[in-house]
Amino acid sequence: MSDIRLEGVTKRYGTFAAADSVDLSVTQGEFVTILGPSGSGKTTLLSLISGLNRPTAGRIFIGGRDVTNATAQERNIGLVFQSYALFPHMTVLENVLFPLGVRKIGGAEANRLARDALKLVRLDGLEERRPSQLSGGQQQRVALARAIVFKPDILLLDEPLGALDRKLREELQVELKQLQRTLGVTTLLVTHDQEEALSLSDRIMVLDKGRTQQVAAPTEAYLRPANRFVAEFLGIANFVGLPDGGQGLVRPERVRLSANGAANGSGKPAKVVEAIYLGQMVRYHLALEGAQSIVAAVPFLGTAHAPGEQVMVSWDSADIWPVT
Amino acid sequence: MRTAGRPAPRGPEDDDAMTRSNGFSFIAPLLVLMVVAFNAPIVYMLGLAFWEKGRGFTLEHYEGLAETPVYLRVLGNTMRIALIATIANVVIGYPLAHWMRSLGSRARMFAIALVVLPFWVSILVRTYAWIVVLGNGGLVNRFLQWSGLTDEPVSFLYNELGVTIGMANVLLPFLVLPLFAAMVRIDDRLLQAAASLGAPPRTIFWKVYFPLTLPALAAGALLVFILCLGFYVTPAVLGGGRVPMISNLLDTLINQIPRWEQASAISTILLIVTLLIFAAYRRLDRKASA
Repeated sequence: MSDIRLEGVTKRYGTFAAADSVDLSVTQGEFVTILGPSGSGKTTLLSLISGLNRPTAGRIFIGGRDVTNATAQERNIGLVFQSYALFPHMTVLENVLFPLGVRKIGGAEANRLARDALKLVRLDGLEERRPSQLSGGQQQRVALARAIVFKPDILLLDEPLGALDRKLREELQVELKQLQRTLGVTTLLVTHDQEEALSLSDRIMVLDKGRTQQVAAPTEAYLRPANRFVAEFLGIANFVGLPDGGQGLVRPERVRLSANGAANGSGKPAKVVEAIYLGQMVRYHLALEGAQSIVAAVPFLGTAHAPGEQVMVSWDSADIWPVT
Repeated sequence: MRTAGRPAPRGPEDDDAMTRSNGFSFIAPLLVLMVVAFNAPIVYMLGLAFWEKGRGFTLEHYEGLAETPVYLRVLGNTMRIALIATIANVVIGYPLAHWMRSLGSRARMFAIALVVLPFWVSILVRTYAWIVVLGNGGLVNRFLQWSGLTDEPVSFLYNELGVTIGMANVLLPFLVLPLFAAMVRIDDRLLQAAASLGAPPRTIFWKVYFPLTLPALAAGALLVFILCLGFYVTPAVLGGGRVPMISNLLDTLINQIPRWEQASAISTILLIVTLLIFAAYRRLDRKASA
């Protein structure tokens, strides 16, 4: 269990900076997600922290120790790849025993640790299977067990749920969160999935073009994004004009809708362009006057406005967050 | 008035029967050629070894083999040379394939071309080229003498050393290409995962990389060994008749002494040994591609 500190970490390939003076501080036991589109440099950052890659500039500290020039072997990090990277010629148990064997832990002690780790990811009973005989979700659990069995200082997860279908992904998100809390291990997760980032992490670091855009708690980043990129990347963003000439963010669920001409019908008239039924919610794509479009997310209570219908939209000025 | 012409219904069986008969008539000439040119001679050869005119079934020729030590010595000699050439191939081929894997895609294509290139040159030409290289006044000996490593020329030719070098060279692609293919298939992330789990490079190689290449290595080595057993040109030319291997012995028995029965008995043993090794090869190959 250790904290992680990045100071001005930069990785350049020629003139292209995959990571551009990134600072980050993760406290012990914290769950931080690095979120960004593909090509934002998030996987590069993870490979720098894991030691599979060396930064061009900057320093990396794990548990207060400067590991900038340490090899991956010297860092004691649990790393989980999106592709699982299980050893195909070994059984599940042998895969989990591998990091223990490297650390000269053998015999009954190693067996007990490995079986405990497999139990923790609910894979007991599958010890003798080969990775090819397991489902994607099971393979991911083996990779997780292998990464935690040797009590790593930190846990790094590279899009660990990216290859799984939605339902399984949501299940594993809950398990991952619980597992992380049980172990109390400092965890860094990399993903391009904003929902995953919002639901799992204590804090989110939003990355774009190798540069940090914002580091904040999920609610903070969602409601008070540091800039337009963060606002748009974390969910749907409506931008409205402010009296001072700037722009403000209004999230779809903050937009109120009322039937045209109703008694409380205040706000601006708008036309329903599209109504998308999402189960608990209906998402409306609306056209305001002057060709401005607005998205509203409204709880579904039995009836919905049809496309073409005229409605009134409004929002509280307190729900507007100015962005640049 | 229109008449509704109904096409005669044709069941799927008709289609099947048609394609089947068509297919057969297409391959029939090839089949005849195979039976007449390959299978019949083999059966005839097997028969020669077991049947004596007017006497019927006999094991006499095999008894003759067992009683003549020179035959067994040649068989043992062949096995030994084949084994040494195979080991030489593995020792040279494994690092070569491993190095090719580490190259960029362009350099890799170039390296593959260099490995495959000898395939396009006649085996006879290549074997004679070794005479130029390995002869007493050849490249290797001139270098050895120039560098002062030896005073006298080392005799590489017309002995087992020359035969082994020649066979190893000719057969190298048969080992390197499948091995390289298996190595390229290994995901780099497996090696990275092993490193991140704390394994030093030596452990990564022996516990992860090598086991993943082992089926291809074993299959390739067996293939080379099988090919070595039946090699004729290289031992004949580089051995100069002084390194007897099975194929050369067969040549003598058939073309010089005429003792066909003895030759076919030896061939049968060679065939059985080869089939046994081939069965092992198939098993490994299936494992390698699984």
